[in-house]
Amino acid sequence: MNQLKHYIGVVILVAVLTVATGLGLQSALQNGYILPPAASWQAVPIDWLFGLHFWAIAFLFSLIVGFLLYSVIVFRRKKGETGDGVHFEGNTTIEILWTLIPLATVIYFAYLGAQTLSDIQRVDPDAIRVNVTGRQWSWTFEYPELGIVSEELVLPNNKQALLRMKSQDVIHSFWVPEFRVKQDVLPGDMVRELRVTPKEVGEYKVRCAELCGRDHANMRAPVVVLEQADFDAWVEERLAADPTKSDDPVVRGQAWAIQFGCAACHSFDGTDGIGPSWAGLFGKEETMEDGSTVLVDAEYLIESIRDPGAQIVAGYQNVMPANIGEDLTDDQIADIIAFIESLK
Amino acid sequence: MNILSLALVRGLLGQVVGTLVGMGIVTLVRLIFGMDPVWKAEPAWVLGGVVGTMFFMLATGVMGDWLKWAKGESTPDHPHEEPGWQRYFNVSLDHKVIGIQYGVTSVIIFLIAGTFALIFRTELIAPGIQFLELDVFNTYVGLHGILMIAGILLGVGAMINYLVPLMIGASDMAFPRLNAFAFWINLPGAVLVLATLFLGGFDSGWTGYPPLSANLEKIGFQTFFMGVYFIGLSSITGGINVIVTVLRMRAKGMSLFKMPIFVWAALATALIQFSATQLIGLSFQLVMFERLFGMNFFDPTEGGNPILFQHLFWFYSHPAVYVFILPGLGIISELLPVFVRKPLFGYKWIAMSSLGIALVGFFVWAHHMFTSGMAEYLRVPFMYSTLLVAVPTGVKFFSWVGTMWQGKMTFPTPMLFVLGAITIFLLGGLSGPPNGTVSTDLYLHDTYWIVGHFHATMFGGYVFPMFAAIYYWFPKFSGKMYSEKLGKLHFWLMLPAFYVQSLGQMWVGLSGMRRRIGDYDPALGIETGQLLITIAGYVIALSVLIFVVNMIISLRSGQKAPANPWNSRSPEFQLPSPVPVHNYAQQPFEVVGEPYDYGLPGSVYVNMSAAPAGD
Repeated sequence: MNQLKHYIGVVILVAVLTVATGLGLQSALQNGYILPPAASWQAVPIDWLFGLHFWAIAFLFSLIVGFLLYSVIVFRRKKGETGDGVHFEGNTTIEILWTLIPLATVIYFAYLGAQTLSDIQRVDPDAIRVNVTGRQWSWTFEYPELGIVSEELVLPNNKQALLRMKSQDVIHSFWVPEFRVKQDVLPGDMVRELRVTPKEVGEYKVRCAELCGRDHANMRAPVVVLEQADFDAWVEERLAADPTKSDDPVVRGQAWAIQFGCAACHSFDGTDGIGPSWAGLFGKEETMEDGSTVLVDAEYLIESIRDPGAQIVAGYQNVMPANIGEDLTDDQIADIIAFIESLK
Repeated sequence: MNILSLALVRGLLGQVVGTLVGMGIVTLVRLIFGMDPVWKAEPAWVLGGVVGTMFFMLATGVMGDWLKWAKGESTPDHPHEEPGWQRYFNVSLDHKVIGIQYGVTSVIIFLIAGTFALIFRTELIAPGIQFLELDVFNTYVGLHGILMIAGILLGVGAMINYLVPLMIGASDMAFPRLNAFAFWINLPGAVLVLATLFLGGFDSGWTGYPPLSANLEKIGFQTFFMGVYFIGLSSITGGINVIVTVLRMRAKGMSLFKMPIFVWAALATALIQFSATQLIGLSFQLVMFERLFGMNFFDPTEGGNPILFQHLFWFYSHPAVYVFILPGLGIISELLPVFVRKPLFGYKWIAMSSLGIALVGFFVWAHHMFTSGMAEYLRVPFMYSTLLVAVPTGVKFFSWVGTMWQGKMTFPTPMLFVLGAITIFLLGGLSGPPNGTVSTDLYLHDTYWIVGHFHATMFGGYVFPMFAAIYYWFPKFSGKMYSEKLGKLHFWLMLPAFYVQSLGQMWVGLSGMRRRIGDYDPALGIETGQLLITIAGYVIALSVLIFVVNMIISLRSGQKAPANPWNSRSPEFQLPSPVPVHNYAQQPFEVVGEPYDYGLPGSVYVNMSAAPAGD
């Protein structure tokens, strides 16, 4: 009799706590207080599974804490009370139950995990292909079927994009929180793929999600999702006004500087960064870390790109990747130098 | 007093001398072979680090007996040890002294690691760089991580070394000299880790992934790798010692299922330490060789594979987290019956659950690699195995509930920390399944949610139980009582602050905050969460300072402690406080009943033989 009242009491407490925390979490999820708004079709099964996990968490937290709080309040030693607790050592039936039921539950959750994983990996053979390159500390996006290279990831809404990704140096990781999915980006020839199908027009950001050295925190790139018609217009515009096809070497040079990642560390306007600013650089007398001075001319700039560690400007670290220029032709470097020269 | 009489001082001086000798050897070899330049910093520091550690150990004298045996000389069984505070700065073979050496070193390392955290958490209060440059931030984050891990390993060493022989009725560990070695090797290792601060730092986080960690500009990576390697030797040798001690040195009548439950936790922990630690040593050693000798294990442009490193590294580093928490969970099981005055519910199942967690823990490592680009087909099996760990863990939680149910509870400080531990470990554990599920982990990996998850599991599985243990056994190891008022203040500051910190970390992580970033995008709108996390960190630090003050004043002028302040059935509480030098040598005991039969009138666990007259 006495026992029953305790069981009823604790069940009520657990139920109340479960409902309170569960509803609280659900409301926070739905109102966007915790996860950013979902902007991809891959996010749908993921967010659904998050919702289910949060209910399970709410229940299990309330279960244990409910029993704990009830016990702390009801089963405490009152002042002057002697004697011990009720002597029972265990119960094999209940042990078996609380082993098998959780076992079945985790297996079920794992099954749901596998289902949702296969949902988000669904292949669309007509996916638009984007080759993604990550490097310390910038991203470049190349559309091989369209002949465009961009420093922004622009995607058409409701169309699957197949991202084929690699790194030029260390491990990075491609992540747009609103798209949910994430994939590490590896060096060498280890291309890794990620399929993303945007579902909300808008502006987002790729954020590198694997510590990749000094400027990891700032390794971001804009992501723009446009309706198909607007995307097609963007493609047209890029092809027509492709700066890399300009007759002016200064315009071409600026495009290469952004595309090949120079702009991540060298500002064009005098702002100090990880590397010296290019404003007013050409023709300058620069002091090196060993105290010598050097005239910044074409020869010096070519060496700085092909062999970055050869001479380090005083006050800066030797962090320019040694291979950053390996894909640059001599003509492209000449364009970059023309661009630098144009910056007063 | 001659400062060189202290082994610690000799050891540190020895490390300095050994470092110079090692550097000298490398430079001499380069000179002889006509290599250019003659002075090359990185290999010099590496050999310096190795020889420095060797000289540290030799200078302390901890290897003394072994060297004598190698020469065929004999050594006394019970070497003379200085009484007083000098004991703790010298090589002792007494497991109780070694346990305290581990414990104090652990707290000091925690204070250093915690300070790094307060520094970078202060930077993170607002977007923009306030005072901490990004690459210094990266080094501090890595040092915070590895030093916390080292501190936890030391604290685990403290609990296990101090308690296991006392709980099983042994006068010491099976291999006292190995025990001393396992403590002292941590110190030169810690010095090497801290040396990274002066050698350019390391900007990879404690996980040290190549190719980033093969970056030749930062020599700090080498001393980081070496420091961890030597600290790992402590785990391996300590593990062997515990396994043999538990299997071979139990008192009469103490069958395996009549041991105090903490000993099961210690055994499971030792089994992991002794078999997994080699893998982190190996993985770090391979990166060291890649840097030093161009052996391109992990460089894909030269035929290597960076994912290989991750497999090797996580093969240890996942089971390692069970090393961090199994002892603490054992402390919870050990203390609950005493303060609830009824048996531990389902003792055998709890004992087996520790072994179960240890075993399953070896099959889950690739859940740290779901986004790594490893072979696709591995993701789903590792998800199943990872979620499986919840089953033996659940057995523990349900058993604790069964232990509390219908008890008669009191709430001195150790019990408060036990109850706090249960709720915090629960929070941490429940935040695990979304990480263990591949699809949701694709969002969560490398965010602050993960940071929240592991801080909660570490505080619940180690920090809170560690404080419970320190307060609980304080009277036994010191002979004095701690201040109950300060103990309660410590708890009531630390618990809510920790909840704010944890929930704050999980919240900003879900909102898009990545981990290991020294600056964040204001567009994320998480400044409030960041401020709360930092304030919580400062409150936690304050509570720890209160603990340190409590320890110091109680050791100096605490009330004299009775032999058994908690009315515990455990054998060590049947001895006087503090414990006599050789434990039960004068008072061996026989096990005649169950360890946790609180509430069963007339039941006895251990039958102590009569105390010697006039002691």
